[in-house]
Amino acid sequence: MSATAAPPESQAGRVWARFRRHRLALAGAFVVALLMASALFAPAFAPQDPTLLDTALRFRPPFAEWAHPLGTDELGRDTLSRLLYGGRVSLTVGLVAMVTTVATGALIGITAGFLGGWIDMLLMRFVDTMLCFPQVFLLLVVAAFVPPTLLSISLIIGLSSWMEVSRIVRAEILHLKEQDFVAAARALGASRRRIMFRELLPNAAAPILVAATLKVASAVLMESYISYLGYGVQPPLASWGNMLTNAQGYFDTVPWLAILPGAAITLTVMGFNFLGDGLRDALDPRLRMDP
Amino acid sequence: MIGFVAWRLLQAIPLLIGVSLIGFGLMHLAPGGPLAVYTLNPTIQVQDIERIKVIFGLDQPIYVQYVKWASGLFSGNWGYTFFGGRPVLDVILERVPATLLLMGSALSVAIVLGLSIGVLGAVKRYSVFDVLATTGALFALSFPTFWFGLMAIFVFAIQLRWLPSGGMWELGDEGNILALLEHLVLPTLVLALVITATWSRYSRSAFLEVMQQDFMRTARAKGVPPAARLLRHAFPNAAKPLIALLGVELPFLFSGALVTETIFGWPGMGRLFVDALNMKEYPVLMGMMMFTAIFVVLGNLLADIAIAAIDPRVRLR
Amino acid sequence: MAEPLLKVSGLEVHFPIRSAFLRRRVGTVRAVDGVDLEVARGETLALVGESGCGKTTTGKAILRLIDSTAGSIRFGGEEIAHHGTSALAPFRRRMQIVFQDPYASLNPRMTVGGILAAPFDIHRIGHAGDRAERISALLRTVGLPADAARRYPHEFSGGQRQRIGIARALALEPELIIGDEPVSALDVSIQAQVINLMKRLQAERGLAYIMISHNLAVVSHVADRVAVMYLGRVVETAPREQLFFHARHPYTQALLSAVPEPVPGRSRSRQVLQGDVPSPAKPPSGCHFHPRCPIAQPRCAEETPRSRIIAPNHAVACHMVSA
Repeated sequence: MSATAAPPESQAGRVWARFRRHRLALAGAFVVALLMASALFAPAFAPQDPTLLDTALRFRPPFAEWAHPLGTDELGRDTLSRLLYGGRVSLTVGLVAMVTTVATGALIGITAGFLGGWIDMLLMRFVDTMLCFPQVFLLLVVAAFVPPTLLSISLIIGLSSWMEVSRIVRAEILHLKEQDFVAAARALGASRRRIMFRELLPNAAAPILVAATLKVASAVLMESYISYLGYGVQPPLASWGNMLTNAQGYFDTVPWLAILPGAAITLTVMGFNFLGDGLRDALDPRLRMDP
Repeated sequence: MIGFVAWRLLQAIPLLIGVSLIGFGLMHLAPGGPLAVYTLNPTIQVQDIERIKVIFGLDQPIYVQYVKWASGLFSGNWGYTFFGGRPVLDVILERVPATLLLMGSALSVAIVLGLSIGVLGAVKRYSVFDVLATTGALFALSFPTFWFGLMAIFVFAIQLRWLPSGGMWELGDEGNILALLEHLVLPTLVLALVITATWSRYSRSAFLEVMQQDFMRTARAKGVPPAARLLRHAFPNAAKPLIALLGVELPFLFSGALVTETIFGWPGMGRLFVDALNMKEYPVLMGMMMFTAIFVVLGNLLADIAIAAIDPRVRLR
Repeated sequence: MAEPLLKVSGLEVHFPIRSAFLRRRVGTVRAVDGVDLEVARGETLALVGESGCGKTTTGKAILRLIDSTAGSIRFGGEEIAHHGTSALAPFRRRMQIVFQDPYASLNPRMTVGGILAAPFDIHRIGHAGDRAERISALLRTVGLPADAARRYPHEFSGGQRQRIGIARALALEPELIIGDEPVSALDVSIQAQVINLMKRLQAERGLAYIMISHNLAVVSHVADRVAVMYLGRVVETAPREQLFFHARHPYTQALLSAVPEPVPGRSRSRQVLQGDVPSPAKPPSGCHFHPRCPIAQPRCAEETPRSRIIAPNHAVACHMVSA
């Protein structure tokens, strides 16, 4: 494997060199950093409270006045403020869902791959079965019956998308567990748990990191869609998805209300997708797909 | 070959049982359970709920309910809707043609476009076209389908007024094929975008891999013209991973169709699903989950059999 | 003679061959097919044979890294062939292994310090405070600088990595170390250094070694006694000089005649074996070696030869050899 065969020069340096060549990935990293910063410092950047109503100032167009750089919505709320706070919500859900996905997927993948036998068989048939359900169906059915909170939404998204991660981790573990360093650990008397989590898991870090990055993108997409349908983040809490729902009613007259949150979703998803693609090329040349 | 098909069919059975267990479990584990629509309704009395439970068999032990429900699944008795009391299978089946039409047209567009882009990219690797196409595919994959749909409606229906913004027919114009096609254009394009991107990426890498094989070099050395090399030598070999992709991508196609249908008011299964969700019509939701999952299992089965038909080596494994 | 440190008798390791269809058992690979071995304290037994003869599997079965199908493994007088994880724990401290491939045997994601701390962590030896001291002592013992602990395996050369592997094996102060081709992946110039290190450690600590090797030149340097394996069985066991100069089994003789560097003083008459090594899934009947044996008789195809002592410490499993 690549990690073991690496020559004695700095591994991190080689990875960085490969990543830097990937211009879209750099752009993705930049966008992700920008989004994180704007979500983190939303209170500092936002012109006003995102829930503040001002019915005298409804439907202000963007770039018209300093007080509302991106205009106002149907209730006179400041669009930029709502976008910034909505970004907080989207990224929080995206990250918590990703952690759920990765934790579940890695745990199931490593258990199946390491223990093998009928446990592996059962877990992998479970994965196959879960993959038969379209994710949006699975997500919406559960979301419709669970009271929507940020945590419940994140968990539902995370728990409906871990299957690919478990397959990736299992494949990696199957390859790793035949290596001598695992036999060495067993000869020392290491417990199964120690071998699984101290010896094997860190070696599967690269594909997990790539999957994690791509999963943030898909989680943000899922959150915005179920919020758009009304089963996700509930008003007055702003999310890019529910901003779109409201905007749809004024589509023909004030299109920017729909364009802006959609553009924010697209930018975020692209940022994480490009970053993940670049990481895949940089960390694991075997998985390369694009020039 | 018959043995292979039988073996594959046999393997699908545990998958179908698993699918039914998860679908059933999900509905019963959900807070409020299958009767959420009634228990949450303050005008319905406790004794009424008890009566409803008996009518729907919900007072029986859980495994009895499952066995009854699962055997009904196979005999075509998928239960009745809470509102209106219509057979669930009928309700679903009447929506299937619209969804299949949308999925079929989007898939055809996506396969033709995606395959052409992918093959061209593979043949002219690292050309301007290839770089633009692979980059474009990455962009397209990041586009939220529902927002793209809204934008398409805004541009083509509201601003340009070229195409209708939603639905399948105009009122009183049912059966007009031209009108249907007109309504089909936007949802097809929107649904096809992401699939085209996926197909162009996969067909590019599938062809790149095939073209590096020894038999391709041999064909070239023998003087087989490029077009024939591509069609007769590369294509049958690259087709395998692409057929597999067709099976694997089915759930995503359903997800995409659901999203597209909600945006365009397309009267298919996706629309039905969201309506059922809003009314907490659990028999319909459960029926639809089962329907799509069974569809996916069978789709993958067909893909596997098609691959085995092309490549005899697969059968021997 | 007192009870040896390790006594293996009748050891068998069989692997099932399963079909893709329903995973039915369709055959058996007899990787180890009735092996008897003894190792005394402080001695080096070399286990030699061609690749695929089951020598590595034998080593791993002794360490209980692979479960044996049958037979007995007595270590320090105690039967350990069927010990569970917890009963095995004290024996993990008493026997260790050094692997062939110094690239695959060290976890690439752990620092050398982490790799060497693992034995102490697992057996709860010492406390966090004296860990660093123990690790640098180990590194000193194998001739590596103390600052190696902070670095990762890929920053070291093959020979240095093998020293790290030896340090790990030494950490628990074992009585027996199994070296699974410990130098065959190294450059020839480095091989001698590592072998000398292992010999020095043996002298200082009274270690016993089982050296698994296909390289008779290496074996001639380190072994006190040599056991020759063919298709899962030991065909000849003898003290080093006895084996190199008075080998009796026709397979051993063929093996010795194929060595490119002649052992000084041995007359060279090259015997070339006919045919390939048969598959351990379908071993020949009787004596496994009979289809390739230059002196085989009809009896050899029917009857499995038993190991017989023909001289002090010299045992041969061949119908055609008499004392």
